[in-house]
Formats: sequence, C-alpha cells, structure tokens
Amino acid sequence: MARNDVLVSAEWAEANLATPGIVFVEVDEDTSAYDDAHLPGAIKLDWKLDLQDAVRRDFVDRAGFEKLLSERGVANDDTVVLYGGNNNWFAAYAFWYFKLYGHQDVRLIDGGRKKWELDGRPLDAEPVNRPATQYVASEQDLTLRAFRDEVVASIGTKNLVDVRSPEEFTGKILGPAHLPQEHAQRGGHVPGAINVPWSKAANDDGTFRSDAELAELYGAAGIDTNRSTIAYCRIGERSSHTWFVLSQILDLPDVKNYDGSWVEYGSLVGAPIEVPVPA
Amino acid sequence: MTSCGAPAQTGQVALAPGATIIDGTVTAGGAPVRGAYVRLHDADGEFTAEVVTGDTGQFTFYARPASWELRVLSRAGNGSERLEATEGRTTVELGL
Repeated sequence: MARNDVLVSAEWAEANLATPGIVFVEVDEDTSAYDDAHLPGAIKLDWKLDLQDAVRRDFVDRAGFEKLLSERGVANDDTVVLYGGNNNWFAAYAFWYFKLYGHQDVRLIDGGRKKWELDGRPLDAEPVNRPATQYVASEQDLTLRAFRDEVVASIGTKNLVDVRSPEEFTGKILGPAHLPQEHAQRGGHVPGAINVPWSKAANDDGTFRSDAELAELYGAAGIDTNRSTIAYCRIGERSSHTWFVLSQILDLPDVKNYDGSWVEYGSLVGAPIEVPVPA
Repeated sequence: MTSCGAPAQTGQVALAPGATIIDGTVTAGGAPVRGAYVRLHDADGEFTAEVVTGDTGQFTFYARPASWELRVLSRAGNGSERLEATEGRTTVELGL
C-alpha cells in the first residue's frame, strides 16, 4: 500500500459522489453529525452501535458484519470511501475494521469531514437508501489485530507506539477528564513504548502530513523499521489513525492495532507498567 | 465505551473547584461563527484538543494553568491567539 492507494482528496471525492461502485461512508463519534448533514449519498456507520458487540467487549462477529453491510447496501467489490470528524479518528478505525474483515478496496478522504467543511463542499440531510446486497466477509485477519498477551510478549522485541497524550503516557492522568467512568486501574505505559501522539501525524486541517514528514517523525521517535509494530491508545480509536499512517502510508511491515489498549492493559493484574522515575 | 473526543459544545459549563476552563466565542464581523474548528495547542505548539463551535459560536476547553495558543479554522477565515490560563475561567473573544 502507499498513500495514493488508500487516500483520496476531497476534490476527488466530490467528483466521484455519484460514481457507481463507490460507496461513501461516514463514521463519527458524534453520530448526530451525519443526521444534520452528510456527503450527498453517503451512508452512516455508528462505531458503537453498528461495530461493537452489544454485550461483550469485542467487535460484531463475521456474520454480524455481513448482515450490517448487506443491509446498508455495500457490496464486496465496492470501493468504500470513509470519512468522519475528529481528524478521521473513527474513519481510520473503520478502515482498519473493514480490512480486518477482508474488504479489498478501502480509502479515506484526506482531512475527513473537517477539510470537506472548510472547503465549503456540498452536504445534505437527504435520507440514503441503497439496495441490499449479499456481503460476504472473511474471517478476521489477525495479522492486523494485537491482543493483550502478544503485547506483553512484545516488550523489548517490537516497536510499541503509544499514541495518547504525554499526560496519559506518563500516568499523570488516566484518560480524558470528561470520561471518569472509563479509566484503567493504573496509569503509565507499556515498558519500552515510545510516545508519539496521534495528532503529530496530522496537519491543522486534518490532512495527513507528507510521507517525508511522517518518516522523520517516527524515525526521530525511535521506530525501528526492521521490527514489527503494535500501536495502542486508550480504546483503540486514536491508535487506528497511527496504524493507518504506519501500515498504509509508510508501508511498514507487520503493524497491528491493539484495540484493547490502555483501558485493558492498565487493568491487567501483574502486567508490567512503566512510569517516569520521580525527579 | 466512549471516544476520547470532546463533548458537544452545548449547555452550561460547570466550573468545579480547582478547574481551569478556557472558553469563549468565535465571531466574524460581529456575528457568531457556527461550525468553526477551535484547536488548543500548548506553548510548544503541540496539539492538545479540538472542538467545533455551536450555534452561538461558543467553545469550551477543560485545561490546566499554562500558556496556550488557540487556533481557529473556519469558512469565515482563520485566526490564532495566545493566552495565559489561570485556575478558574479564562474567556476569549476570537474575532476573525
């Protein structure tokens, strides 16, 4: 993969809104954003209601994903073009998720909804109904998804990229202040992890930085391009953004997203944690 | 679980004891700008948070006492402003 295979410009997207075989999908944390206005013809996926199991902490299973995409009218050979708010956090999360279930052609609109709005491109609130399909998903591609035991076993052998804020990385805070019910038991980070907040990969308008800037960013932070990599954050959404950069734009081999992330890791009994030594 | 993104920019803001809030409104030609992207960067220019203004152009950040830079991107124009936030409420009127 390379930038041109996975990223489309807002200009390209606008020119292809009505192109058969291309499905635009908005994925936002604020699902009301879509209801207020969306790209003409775009469908919505709710990252929580549609993509998470309603009971266990896990994704909908293969059959559930097939049912979801069939009902929403996405076909296996469609080009899925994702976009969303918050600098494409959840669009990147959905990109990773679509890849996990084997969808072939998935793209992101560079800059997501923010760039689209700032450009003054068209939005409408028209209901969108696509004819149902018979979508067939693959089993999850677990070369893209890390679980807790692999993370512990990777300490000292793989690149571990913690994309949270420096305050979360150092354990000064457990998570965003407005989410006090969703914190791990302990603060800090996985031993040996490097801290590259996700936002460093994006420009102010939400577009991704250039290949050269991204290579410089992660190189300077200490990524060893000969090693495998696991990215994590708090619940796996911000780290999807970084997973996208490392695996899809910079084309590093063997990059996984750890969606269990700090909410899981920081609550594991006995798991090693690193915090700064008090001065 | 809930995403790490900012809560919606609506309703009253509660100022808890010891909290530091940076809030204000974005205006252009005296009129509030809805849908402006307001970004909070630290003194080194590092991004910290981003919110989108509501109907009356208002925004709110829960922060800490420090030097900050607000950057605004909108259809009505872009702008930035540096400020010193102290404990309590620091209110900024951002005219574009």
